[in-house]
Amino acid sequence: MRPETEKELAALIRAATSPVSITGGATRLRPGEGQGNRIDLRALTGITLYEPEALTVVVRAGTPLAEVQAALAAENQMLAFEPDPRDGSTIGGVVAANASGPRRVSAGACRDAMLGIRMVTGEGEIIRNGGRVMKNVTGYDLVKLSAGARGTLGAITEVALKTAPVPPVRATLRLTGLDDAGAIAAMTTALTGPFDVTGAGRLTNGTVILRLEGLAGSVEYRAGRLREALGPQAAIETVEGDADFATLRDYGQTGEAALWRIVLRPSQAEPLLAQLPDPHIVDWGGALIRAEAPQDWRPDLPQGARADCERGAAMSLPETDPVIARLNAGIRASFDPRGLLLEGAA
Amino acid sequence: MEMPAPDMSVISRRDQIAARLTDALADPAAVITDPAETRAYECDALSAYRCPPLAVVLPSTTAEVAAVLRICHDERVPVVPRGAGTSLAGGSMPTADAVVIGLARMTDVLEINPQDRLIRVQTGRTNLAVTGAVAGQGFFYAPDPSSQLACAIGGNIAMNSGGAHCLKYGVTTNNLLGATVVLMDGAVVELGGPMGEGAGLDLLGVICGSEGQLGIVTEATLRILPTPEGARPVLIAFDSAETAGACVAAIIRSGILPVAIEYMDRPCIAATEDFCGAGYPDCEALLIVEVEGSAPEIDEQLRLIRDIAQGFAPLEFRESGSEDESRRIWLGRKSAFGAMGVISDYMCLDGTIPVSQLPHVLNRIGELSAKAGLRVANVFHAGDGNMHPLILYDANAPGDLERCEDLGADILRLCVEVGGCLTGEHGVGVEKRELMTAQYTPADLEAQMRVKDVFDPQWLLNPAKVFPLTVSAARRGQGGQDAA
Ligand SMILES: Cc1cc2nc3c(=O)[nH]c(=O)nc-3n(C[C@H](O)[C@H](O)[C@H](O)COP(=O)(O)OP(=O)(O)OC[C@H]3O[C@@H](n4cnc5c(N)ncnc54)[C@H](O)[C@@H]3O)c2cc1C
Repeated sequence: MRPETEKELAALIRAATSPVSITGGATRLRPGEGQGNRIDLRALTGITLYEPEALTVVVRAGTPLAEVQAALAAENQMLAFEPDPRDGSTIGGVVAANASGPRRVSAGACRDAMLGIRMVTGEGEIIRNGGRVMKNVTGYDLVKLSAGARGTLGAITEVALKTAPVPPVRATLRLTGLDDAGAIAAMTTALTGPFDVTGAGRLTNGTVILRLEGLAGSVEYRAGRLREALGPQAAIETVEGDADFATLRDYGQTGEAALWRIVLRPSQAEPLLAQLPDPHIVDWGGALIRAEAPQDWRPDLPQGARADCERGAAMSLPETDPVIARLNAGIRASFDPRGLLLEGAA
Repeated sequence: MEMPAPDMSVISRRDQIAARLTDALADPAAVITDPAETRAYECDALSAYRCPPLAVVLPSTTAEVAAVLRICHDERVPVVPRGAGTSLAGGSMPTADAVVIGLARMTDVLEINPQDRLIRVQTGRTNLAVTGAVAGQGFFYAPDPSSQLACAIGGNIAMNSGGAHCLKYGVTTNNLLGATVVLMDGAVVELGGPMGEGAGLDLLGVICGSEGQLGIVTEATLRILPTPEGARPVLIAFDSAETAGACVAAIIRSGILPVAIEYMDRPCIAATEDFCGAGYPDCEALLIVEVEGSAPEIDEQLRLIRDIAQGFAPLEFRESGSEDESRRIWLGRKSAFGAMGVISDYMCLDGTIPVSQLPHVLNRIGELSAKAGLRVANVFHAGDGNMHPLILYDANAPGDLERCEDLGADILRLCVEVGGCLTGEHGVGVEKRELMTAQYTPADLEAQMRVKDVFDPQWLLNPAKVFPLTVSAARRGQGGQDAA
C-alpha cells in the first residue's frame, strides 16, 4: 500500500484490521521488522519549507535522504546530525531509526536535530507536535518520543529538522600504532580538550581518526594543538577531508554475518574491546562499538551498556527493566490501541 | 486565572497524611505543615498567583521521594514537585490540597567523570553549582538560563530550560544523558544511558519538558563540555529593527556559529542605560554577538562578522578588546530585566518565531502595543528566535493587568501564526495553559495527555498545569472522586 497523501494514509490506517508496518525505503530494517502489510510512504515526498537563514528544513517523510542532502548542499548546508546514506533511504526512515553518525559526539543525535513532526497515529488520527523553531517547550516533547520509535507509535509524515552550515575546511588526523587502551585514551584526549573535535573513532584496520572542521585558520591551529596534546605515543598524519568518517559511518552496510551494535561509556570500552572478534569499529569517542560477532555471542556487558543485533536474528541485551517495559508498552498502546503497528523503521 | 477547587476530602485528612509522611522520612523536620512556613511555598516567580499547599516535604534521597509518592498515591493527594521555585509560568505553584515535594536538600554530586564527559547530580543542585563542580577540571555544563544561580537542575529538566548560549550548545534536552525518575506510584526507573540511549522508546526525551507531570526526577546524568579557551563579544548598533534582523540572518547564513546573538530595542536600551550606564550607543536596535575559541580563532570569526555587519551600515561596531570591555558589552543585556523592573511593572513573554519573521513580528508587536495603549520593550535571543517582549503596565491602575494579559495573548498568538510557538523556554505551567489550543488541535493535546495517563493514571502529579482546564477536567476529576 502506497498512499499519496497524509489523508489517504490516515484512512488506510483507520481501515486496517490486521498488522501493518510503516516503511520508507526499507533500508534500515532490523531483524524481524517490516512484517505484516507494509504501508510504503515513498509517495509522500517533497521539501515543504527550507529557510537557510533559520537553519531549518521541513520535509515529507518519503523524500529520499539523498534529495534532502542535495537541496541543503546547494545552499552550502547539511543536516545537523550525520545519517549514513543508503541507496533509497528516506528521511522518514532516518528519523524513525534515529540514525545518528559520528557527529553525535559534538552535534548530537538525529533526535536532537528534530524540531517537529506530523504523524498519523495507530488510530488513524493526524497529529502534530513540536514546530519548526529551535526552542519550543509548549507541551510534551512527543518529537523525541517518536524519534527512533521505528514506526510503532504511528507513521511520521513530515519532519522539521535543524540544518548546519557546511564547514569550509575539514581535516582528519590519522593515528596508527595504538592498542585498545591507547586508542580510547587518544579519543578521550581529543574530546575532553578545547579542540572542538566533531568525530572520533577507529576503523577496522585499527587507525584512530579524529575530525576537525571550521574556518581554515582555526582548523590548522587546532590540528597543531591536538597533535601536541596527543604526544609522541602514536604516529600521526593529517589529511584533508573526512572520507575516513564516511567509511566509519557506513560500516556494516554490506555483509551477511550477525552485526552487533553496543552503546556504552568510553571508560568501559577497553575490557569489552578485548572480548571482541574482528572486524569491528569504534565510534562516538568509544561510546559506540559495531562488530561482526556470532549470533550467539553473549558479551560480558558493563553496567548500563546496551547491545542490539542489527543484522542476523533479533536480540537485545540486557533485558528491559519491567517498569520501563510497562511504560513502553503503555505508550505504544496509547498511540496504537488496536496494536496494529509493527516495527518497520525504514 | 482559575485553579480547580481543592479536594476537601484531602484537606480534611491533613493531619493523618502529614503523620504518615513524617513517619516515612528520617528527619521529622522535613515535613512542614505550619501555615506560617508553608506560605514560603505558595508561589514561584510568577508571584501574581498564590496558594499555600497542604504540606511541604523536603526529602533527602530518592528512596524518601519514592516513599512520599507512595503515600500520596495511596491517599490520592495531588503532588507538586519543586526545585528552586523560579518558574515564570506558575509551574511549581501549589493548590490547597497538594503536597509540595521540594528537592532543595538534594544537592549532592554523585559522580564526576571527565573521561566520559559527564556529571551525575541530585536534581536539587543549582544549575551554576553543576558547572562549579567541574570547572576546576576544565569543563562546564552548557545550558545557562539567566536564573542559573538559583534554579535547580530538576526544574531545568522539567522545563527543558535554555539560555543565551544554546544557539551553539542546545537546550537541556540536548545535554541530558540519563535520569532517575520516581513515578507517582513510587516506582523508581533509570532512564537514558550511555549517550542518552535507553531501552525502547526515548522516555528521557519526553520526561524532559514535561513540567513535573510525569515523574519526579531525583538524579540526573548531564553532559559536560570542555571549557573553550576564550570568548569575546561584539556590539553592533543599527538605526532600524529590520536591519538588525537582516544582519542576524546574514550572520547565520554565512556559516559562522556564534555562541550567542542577543537583541535589544531602544526602550530596553534606554532603561538599562539609566539603570547601569553600560555606555550603549544611541540607536534603534543593537545586537550582541559572542564567539568562542582560541585567540586566533576568535579573531578570525570576528573579522568575518565585521565584514558581514559592514554590509548593513551599522551605526557602530564595537569589538571588545579586554575582559572589562566584554563585561561592559554584556552589562546592559544582563541587567535588562532588572532595569525594566525599576521603571515599571512588566509582564515578560516568551514566544518563539522563525528568525525570518523577525521584522514582521516586531512591526506587528508595535501595532498591537499602540492599539492596547501599553508600551512593549524587546530583548531576546535573536539567534534562535526566542523573543521576550516585556509589556509595561501599572499594577495599581484598575484594568491595566487585564489589558496587559490580553496584549500578551495576542502577541503569543501572533508568534504561533507566523510558525513559532507559545513558549521557547519558560514553559506552559498555569500561565499559558488556556492558550494551548492556539497551537494544538484537540487531537494533538489528547495524544500528549495519553502519555500522562500512562505515567500517572490518576493525574495526581502537578495536575492542573499545561493543559487547558476544560480539556483535562475529566481526567483530573478521577483521583478526587475515587477518594471521596
Ligand atoms: C530572573 C529569571 C530569569 C530566568 N531566565 C530563564 C532563562 O534564561 N531560560 C529559561 O529557560 N528559564 C528562565 N527562567 C525560568 C526558570 O528559572 C526555569 O524554568 C527553571 O528551570 C526553573 O527551575 P526551578 O528549579 O526554579 O524550578 P521550579 O520553579 O521549582 O519548578 C519548575 C517546574 O518544574 C517542576 N519540577 C521542579 N523540580 C522537579 C523535579 N525534580 N522533577 C520533576 N519536576 C520538577 C515543577 O513542578 C514545575 O512545574 C528564569 C526565571 C527567572 C526568575
